[in-house]
Amino acid sequence: MDARRDSEPTPVKNRTTVERKSERELVVTRTFNGPARLVFEAWTKPELFKRWWVPKSIDVSLLSCDMDVRVGGRYRLVFGPEASKIDASKIDASTTMAFFGRYLEVTPHSRLVWTNEEGDGGEAITTVTFEEKGGQTLLVLHELHPSKEALDGAIGFGEGLRETFVQLDELLVTLGASR
Amino acid sequence: MVQYSRTRLDASFAALSDATRRGVLEQLGRADASITNLAEKFHMTLTGMKKHVGVLEQAGLVATEKVGRVRTCKLGPHRLEEETVWIERHRQLWESRFDELDKVVEELKRKEKVNGRKKRQ
Repeated sequence: MDARRDSEPTPVKNRTTVERKSERELVVTRTFNGPARLVFEAWTKPELFKRWWVPKSIDVSLLSCDMDVRVGGRYRLVFGPEASKIDASKIDASTTMAFFGRYLEVTPHSRLVWTNEEGDGGEAITTVTFEEKGGQTLLVLHELHPSKEALDGAIGFGEGLRETFVQLDELLVTLGASR
Repeated sequence: MVQYSRTRLDASFAALSDATRRGVLEQLGRADASITNLAEKFHMTLTGMKKHVGVLEQAGLVATEKVGRVRTCKLGPHRLEEETVWIERHRQLWESRFDELDKVVEELKRKEKVNGRKKRQ
């Protein structure tokens, strides 16, 4: 699951903070050591976006990534099993998971807003702001979910991670119950 | 305080990232056991099991007590609350993404520098 080894020293890096602002809102913040235009570029060019969006520890890959980054433009990300691990002919709707929506605001280097339309319970809206200060960029990501239940159940990811977390949840329940 | 609990959470999640260690916790959830017992159950050497138990102990998930020549392991004092786990799993997801994004940004910075030098020449 986690490819890192215990002995590996942790490199100095900026903190990622996550806060649940309300029943329907999640806020993630992180500072990047680079100007806003470069961080923004990495969020809006598919060939760059593909390189960081899927966590390495997960057995899932981004099969396709279409992003029409302009107001009203649509995006579609399709995740599935790693190509090397499965017969290509077996990749279809049952083995993949699509995330899609449209861009509501695109303000170069400072603000991106898009909808997430894959959920059953209504649209979620993600707002990302990029604020440059002294060569660094403070990124704030805000998710507004359609309901408390939607956010409770959200991890914003495909099956691999979900399974891992389900296992972890089950283990925690076991541990809690045994006290 | 926040810093302290973050460190503790990191330790817990690192401890839980290993299948053997999760198995040990499940086992100890049923009954206390000695390191020798655990090593046998998981088909490991004593040294290997000691290492796993050490990691779990550091995270507070396991407590050990030496009585005579036998070290007994039981579940530790540390309990992960549901809400904390929920937040932490979101944080881990974003952190793993952002660690990679750091690399992309570094690369773009390097490229920009090279291009800037070319333009000046």
